[in-house]
Formats: sequence, structure tokens, C-alpha cells
Amino acid sequence: MSVRLLSVWCLLLGPLVWLGCNGSGGTSGGAPSADEIVIGHYAAMSGAQATFGQSTDNGIRLALEEINAAGGVNGKKLRLITYDDKGDTKEAGAAVTRLITRDKVVAVLGEVASSLSLAGAPVCQEHGVPMITPSSTNPQVTQVGDKIFRVCFIDPFQGYVTAKYIRELPTPVSRVAILYDQANAYSVGLAQEFEKALTRLGGTITTRQTYSEGDQDFSAQLTAIRGSNPEMVFIPGYYSDVGNIALQARKLGITVPLFGGDGWTSPRLTEIAGSALEGCFFSEHYSQEDPNPKIQNFVRKYAEKYGSKPDGLAALGYDAARLLADAMTRARSLSGDDLAAAIAATRDFDGVTGTFSIDADRNAVKPAVILKIVNGQVRYEATVTPESP
Amino acid sequence: MADLLQTIETSLAVGALYALIALGYTMVYGILQFINFAHSDIVVLGAWFSYRMSQQLLPRLGVDPHSPPWWAGGVVLVLAMGLCAAVGFCIERACYKPLRHSPRLNVLITAIGVSLLLQNVGQLPVVFGTQPARMPSLLPDRELFSVTFASPPAAGAEPAPAAEPRRVVIRLVDSVIFVTAGVLMVLLELLVYHTRLGTAMRAVSFRTETAALMGINVDRIISWTFLIGAALAAAAGFLFAMKYPGLNQPAHTTWVLLGLKAFVAAVIGGIGNVRGAVLGGFVIAFVEQFGAFYISSNYRDLYVFALLILMLLVRPTGLLGTNVQQKV
Amino acid sequence: MQSPSPPQVELSQVEREALALAVTESRCATCLRSGTPLLTGLALAAAVQVLVPRLAGDYAARICLDAGIAVILAVSLNIVNGLAGQFSLGHAGFLAVGGYTAGMISYYGSLWLWGSGGVHGGWFGAGQALFLVACLAGGGVGAAVGYLMGLPTLRLRGDYLAIVTLGFGEIIRVLFQQTQPVLRTAEQFRAAGWEQFVPPPVGGSLGFSGIPKYTNNFWVYAFVTITLIVAHRLKFSSAGRNLISIREDEVAALAMGVHVTRWKVRAFVIAAFFAGIAGGLFAHESGIILSPRDAGFQRSIELVIMVVLGGKGSISGVVLAAALLASLPELLRDFDQYRMIAYAVLLIGMMLVRPQGLFGSREVWDLWRRRPQPVVAGKGAA
Repeated sequence: MSVRLLSVWCLLLGPLVWLGCNGSGGTSGGAPSADEIVIGHYAAMSGAQATFGQSTDNGIRLALEEINAAGGVNGKKLRLITYDDKGDTKEAGAAVTRLITRDKVVAVLGEVASSLSLAGAPVCQEHGVPMITPSSTNPQVTQVGDKIFRVCFIDPFQGYVTAKYIRELPTPVSRVAILYDQANAYSVGLAQEFEKALTRLGGTITTRQTYSEGDQDFSAQLTAIRGSNPEMVFIPGYYSDVGNIALQARKLGITVPLFGGDGWTSPRLTEIAGSALEGCFFSEHYSQEDPNPKIQNFVRKYAEKYGSKPDGLAALGYDAARLLADAMTRARSLSGDDLAAAIAATRDFDGVTGTFSIDADRNAVKPAVILKIVNGQVRYEATVTPESP
Repeated sequence: MADLLQTIETSLAVGALYALIALGYTMVYGILQFINFAHSDIVVLGAWFSYRMSQQLLPRLGVDPHSPPWWAGGVVLVLAMGLCAAVGFCIERACYKPLRHSPRLNVLITAIGVSLLLQNVGQLPVVFGTQPARMPSLLPDRELFSVTFASPPAAGAEPAPAAEPRRVVIRLVDSVIFVTAGVLMVLLELLVYHTRLGTAMRAVSFRTETAALMGINVDRIISWTFLIGAALAAAAGFLFAMKYPGLNQPAHTTWVLLGLKAFVAAVIGGIGNVRGAVLGGFVIAFVEQFGAFYISSNYRDLYVFALLILMLLVRPTGLLGTNVQQKV
Repeated sequence: MQSPSPPQVELSQVEREALALAVTESRCATCLRSGTPLLTGLALAAAVQVLVPRLAGDYAARICLDAGIAVILAVSLNIVNGLAGQFSLGHAGFLAVGGYTAGMISYYGSLWLWGSGGVHGGWFGAGQALFLVACLAGGGVGAAVGYLMGLPTLRLRGDYLAIVTLGFGEIIRVLFQQTQPVLRTAEQFRAAGWEQFVPPPVGGSLGFSGIPKYTNNFWVYAFVTITLIVAHRLKFSSAGRNLISIREDEVAALAMGVHVTRWKVRAFVIAAFFAGIAGGLFAHESGIILSPRDAGFQRSIELVIMVVLGGKGSISGVVLAAALLASLPELLRDFDQYRMIAYAVLLIGMMLVRPQGLFGSREVWDLWRRRPQPVVAGKGAA
């Protein structure tokens, strides 16, 4: 009996092992050879947040491909090793340790989610390896130490951008309801920063409602929001939830515009929500429609390679990788200290997500754009630049 | 008043979904005494099969998935139920049957393994992928009827500008969910209490060995249980996708929580008891929705699990469970 | 179990002295018996700490660390699950409770004492002393919570414990999400009023970051040693036999005079204590931030899998299974997106081919002694 079972399972296992061996060929480790530079990337390639990791990874790979095609960095090719952390902090720490101590990467890229970046960052800091997070917007991430950088803006700025935008509309909006994901650090942080900015700019919050990752029914919260009669509803969540929220809000008769942050970025957003998000808007790192040839070039190449338009995360992954390569050419050597110094010295870097500099807190100072959904298409609406201090 | 009625309406629709899923848990538990952790993944399969079929099969039948005829939903529902029943049957034969005489904990771990397997296979790009998807609305999405209430006087110091009149909307989708779930539950009730198969199922759950001695083919009955449970889960998956068209990817927390809450519903109703599972489903939905609306949506999951613990302390057998166990 | 009171006999002076000597001797023997393994364990822990990074690199050392913590968790769960046969699905809840407690003590303790949340002092310095106190306190709080939860629920039979503990883990997760942001500086900490401590400032859903990173292989394996000694001595004592009797047949155990509920609660509290300590070690590990998710039911499931795979009640089997499973996802990294599928298939395959676990309820040394095991093999009463 057990022999029979065993053989059945061998049959099952065989193809998987084969697939696994084939699949790992491109990414697997080994000590770096003399004519290449190894870069590590840790991201959620599986699990609930897999789309974020995959987009970012696509962006990074595209950037490296271009850099290598143009001759690499100082004559050396760049090679990327990506490890999956399943969106789990424990795995993130282990993945970064493996990248640094076994694969001897010179720098680490990742993560999207701030809580995972906060798990990986101390390991990089401890080993003196620079880390650039493409899209963790929580301010605490770069406060971990002097080796941790980011190429995106931070939540206080994003909150300010959206608040400023709605206060400066032709008819300023003052009554806003917030619905955020309390299980998601990004969502909580952005909600708080937005509330601060809005109250400072003279608006009021009519009600604060929360949901948790995994909720599918938002009618209780939306009914409460409907009862508070807001002029707009702020939803700083991920697009997968936003789609459902929008659909349910419209069904409950909430007709006011909804708006959010960069978590909305995905080609699937309008597909899921359909017409429910008509007239809604969100803050984003860049706009695909920007006529700037640099951006159009990127969008076209990305679409050729992956068959879809790049979202904000792909663009940030692309910029993070290019910034890193740029810093490598400027750095005196590829040691952690020199490389970190070169990254910190980045000024007016010309990325697809805008021209930006790295400030003293190792954050990128850059403008944000507001994108609006018109006729089911995401359209560029406005650019908001940082306040000069 | 409007809010109250609206919350009741939502609770009824959500409760029907929980009840359908809880039935699968309770039937398997009644017969094999183990928590089938892979059950929530069958719900996922049901939802995603429905999505795939309405995307790929319906156009071949000459149906436009964006303005489907009335029968399209029924066809997809039945096909999804059939497919999931087949999957449920295969899982039972391949993974649970060889463990019939091992400790229950092993079967439980196997169920967890099956759950992990289904989730991760579902995430492969060739299967369902990791992106959420939009389920085409196979039911005409419109209001069945609505009741309008006069706007109440503003409670706060600052009168709300242009308060809209409050309406209670009964949607077609919700009624269809309620009716479909109700029909399936009545069918199950008839099956369990009024057919030979049902009698055999009850006999097996009451005492397996004795049932076998009475000439009942226990393996076949267990297969039937899984088959029926999986079909109900698929129906729940389909209805869930109708109500919440933004379909999350297979490993998303939504599904895990959905399964857990349905399981809690089965326990609260009295695990092993078919009517209890239905009652539990509605109780859980009401507690969750009312708690989220009237107390705070922060603690939504907490209400459910706290109710579970409270229930077990006060009445461990659940609402309808009796010490003389009449299980399915 | 109350032992029957000894018959009252008048003893002579000589007899009394002889008895005292015998007691002292047996105490010495006991000390020696538990002292030798402890010392050996500490020496091994030091060896792991020193040798593994040198010979196999930091990455291997890190896997060792994770495996060690998993061993503590799995062996402690084994006391409840394998020995006493009580199915708990909330072990990760105790891990989180202990971790958060220990993290708060060491983080805010460091802020209060030394004005910064970083690592303070070197080997056996004040910082590490605080860390040890924090871990033990984490264990204590874990045990207290375990007692509060176990007392009412362990009266029930069957799977209800599993369901209640599952609910408990989820409730802990939701509650930790509602906590406040971490206070970053000593000034903030001193200036904070009580309302900033209720609910505790442990970071909410972002997780508790900034805990000083004291955990290393020495401390982990020192605690592994202690856990193993306690588990082993428990298993081969009258207490262990009481627990096994409960596992095999609760009614029969009750009939033989075993106070079933009391013993279940004891087992549960011991397990919760060690889970709390493991939580403390986990919280102080580099590259870990404690998040509410750690209390959730997926972590608990991983631990149950280790126990079942190791074999109910077999300490060595559970150790092996925990070490294997903790490092398996890392070893399978090269499989990329098929990694979790491979894990799931291996799990199902193991259960089908070897349902009694690696060693059944025997220990690894029974295998080469080839002696029939006195303990009844675990075909759990269904």
C-alpha cells in the first residue's frame, strides 16, 4: 500500500522538482565571479502581496538589462538575485541575511511593504551593506541607519499632497471621511499623515472607519460613512481592497468622489472597480502618460518585455536599480561605506518617477502627481512639488 | 432606522454565505471528527472556476459576459459546483482515505498540506496568478426595491450640509444569494433526513463501526460527504464572487478569514449539526455586522472569536448541539 | 498527585542522620544528573555560537538561530500536544505575548536605564542581563496567560481546546494591531503620560521595531538545553506518565485518580512559559520585527506540523522535525515559486507514508537499542 502511495507521490514530485530546477536556473546564487557585480532583491513574490513584489522585480530586471546592454558598470555586468519573503517579516530577515552573507551582494533592493523593509533594514545596517527601498513610504524605514535609502517620497509628504490638492480645488473640499486598513502599517501611517495635513489646511474629518486586510464586506463602515455626509472619502488602502470598497460604496448610494494614495496603483484597479471609480483620484509616483520621452521609452520597453503597462512600483524598482548603478559608477569602490556615500551624494537624479535628490535623511525629495480616473482611464491631473523648507 | 434595516439586509446575505461554507465543515466534522482546513480553498476554487468559466466558456457559448442572459449564472454555478465536487472527491481519495485509521491530528495536518498546495498551485501564473480579478456580474446588478426614510435631524452641533434622505436598498444580488443558499440548504436538509443516503450518513456519523456492520459502505458515504460539502463550498464561492466582484488571489487573507469564520459558525451552531451550521452562519454574520456598525469596525474579527470562546465556555456543544449527539 | 502521607514511625538519632545523608546524596545525584546535561548543553551552545559562523558562515548561523527557536517552541508544544494529547492551535499567541512583553521590558528598560534603545554592554554585561530578565518575564507572562486561558477551557474534552486557542491567537492578533506607535527617544519616554501606555506603545500593525538585538546562538541554545532537560525529565517522571495517561484515555486516567484538569492546565502552563521565552528570543533576533501577524494561526499551524511530524511525545523526533522544518523553506529557496508547493507536497507525503511521525512516540536512542518501547504507541483515541 505504502509502496503504491509512494510511487504516486513520486509521480507528483518528479515534475515539481524538474520545474523547480528549471525555474531556479536564472536566479540562483553562487559566489560572484570577477566580471560581475551581484545585487540582491527581497520581495514578496508569493503570498498575498505577490503582485507588488513581482512588479518591482520586473522593473529592476528591465533596468539591469538596459544597463548591461550598455556595457554594465565599469565594465562589469550586473546580476540580480531575488528572494521571496512571502510577505513575512521572519522570512524577510532571513532572505536579506542570505543575500548578504552567502551571495555576497554589494547592495540590497527591497521591500515594498514598510514593515518588511523594517525587518530587512537592520540586517543591512549591521553588515554595512547599502539598501535602497523602492517604495516603502513609512518614515521609520530610513531612520534605521545611514545605509538605508529610498527612492520614493514619504507618507507625510503624500498625505500633504492629497490634502493640499483637495483644498485647492476650484470648490475646496473640507469634510472628508477616512476609511483605512488598520492591519496595514502603510495605510495607518498615510491616514494619520493625511488627517494632520488636512486639519492644518482647515478641513475636518467627519468619521474614521477601519477595515482589516482580508475583509471583503465594507457595508458597515460605508453605512457609517454615508451617515456622516462627507464631501469626499479618503481610502489609503491597496487597490485590491479599493476596488471592492468602491463597488460597495456606490451600491450603498455614496456618490461623492473617493481618493487615495499610491497603493491604488495597478492596471487592475479600473478593471475591478469599473465605473465605480469614475472621477476618483489618487497620488502617485509618476504618470504613464507623461509625454516626456524618457518615460514613454520606459513604458514602451516594459510593455514589450512583460506585456503590460508598468505601474508605479515597477517604475520605482526601475529607478532604484538605475540609481544604484549610477552610484556604483560614482563610488570610489564597491565597499558598503563608499557605495552608501555615493548614494547619499545623489543630486538631481533623472529617473522616470521624476528628477530627485537624496536628502540628509536619506529620503528622496521629489514631486508627486495626482492621477484621476476619467472614462475608465487613469489620466494625469496635477503635479504637487515639495514645499521648500 | 434606515441604517438598522440596511445592516440587517447585509447580515442576511453574508450569513447565507457563511452558512453554506459552514455546512461543509460541519458535515466533515460530523463524520470524520476533523477540521477540514482545505475547505476554504474549495471556496476559492469555486469562485475562481466561476470567473474562468464566465471569461472563457461563456463567450464560446455565444454569451457576452457583460450582458449575460438570465441562465448564464445558473450554468456557471452548476458547472463550478460539479468541478469542485470532483476536486473534493479526488482530494478525499488521494489524501484523506489512506489516513482513515491514523490519528485525527495527522488528517488535520494533511488537510493543512492540501490547503497550502491548493493556495500555492493557484498562485502559479498558469493557474490563477497573483493578481485580483473582476468577476463579470452574471446577475443583472440592480436594486430590487428600496425604502426611503426621511433624513433624521442632525445630531451634532454642526448641521450636516445637504443631508440626503436615507434609503434602504434591497439588491437583487443579495436576494439571489439568500434564495440560492436557502434552496441549497433545504435540499441538503431533505437529503440528510429523508433519503437513504442521508440516513446512511447519519448512521456513519453516529457510529462508524456499527454502520459498517449494518452493511453501509462507509468509504462511499464519506466520499459523498466530501462531494456534497465541496459542491456547497463552490456555490458559496460563486455567490461570494457575485456579491464581491473584486476577486482576490487564491492565497489572500480574505479566504482564510472567510473559512475561519465559517468554521466558527459551525462550532457556534453545534458542530456536526446541519441546522446548527445554518443558524451559526447567521449568528456570526449578525454579530460581525452589528458589532462593526454599532460598536467599532476596529474589532470586527474580535467579536466573532470572542463570541466563539464565550459560547464554548457557556455551552460547549453549541446552540443546537445536544449531548445525545445527532450528527451528520 | 498527592503522595500518601508516610506512616508515622519514631526514628532513632542514627537513623535520622542516615536518612538525612541519603536525602543529601540523592539531591547531589539529582543535581549531577541535571547539572551534567545542562553544562554540556551550555558548552555546546558556546560551540555553536563560536564555530558555526566560522565554519559555515553567518547565513548558516542565522538558520541555526531560527531552528533553535523553533525547537524550543515545538518541544514546549509537544508537552501539551504530544504528551498530554491536548490539541492547541494557539501556541503562536504565547510566542507573541512573550515576545511583546520581553521586547517592551528590554526596549523601554534600555531607554530608561541607558537613554537609548540600542545594544548595551558586551558579553554577560548589563544589557544581556536585562535581556535575560526580559525573556524570563516574557515566559512568566506567557505562563500567566496560559493559566487564565487553560483553566476554563481545559475542562472540556475533544477539539474544543483547539478551537478556543485558535480564537485566542486571532484575538491577540487583533488586539496587538490596536497598540500605539513605539516611543523613539528617552525624552519621549520620560515625558509620556499614562495614556501613552494604555494600550501599550508597541507599534500597532507596523510591528515592534527597534528592540535591541541581543539574541545569539549561545542564548538560544542555552534555552534549548533547558527546555530539553525539562521536557525530558517531565516525560520520564510520574508527572509525564500522568500526562500520557490522559492522552491515551481520559476516562481511565480519571478512574486511576489522575486529576485530569489540573494536569492538563499544568502542562499547558509549562508549554506557555517556554513559548513566552521563545518569544523573547524571537523578539531580540536581528532582522525580525515582531508584528501582530506572529500571533496568528498560520504560525501556530507550523508548530503543530513540527510536533506531528516529529511524532507525538517523542522529544528527539520533534527536535529533528523542528530543525528540519525551520530550515526547509530556506533550503528550498532555489525552488523559487515552486518552493511552497514542494513544502506542501512533502508535508502530505510525510503524513501518508509515515503517519506516526519520524520516530513515533519513541526517542532516537530507542532505535538502536532495539528495545520494545514501554509507552503505548500513539494511536490517539478518536
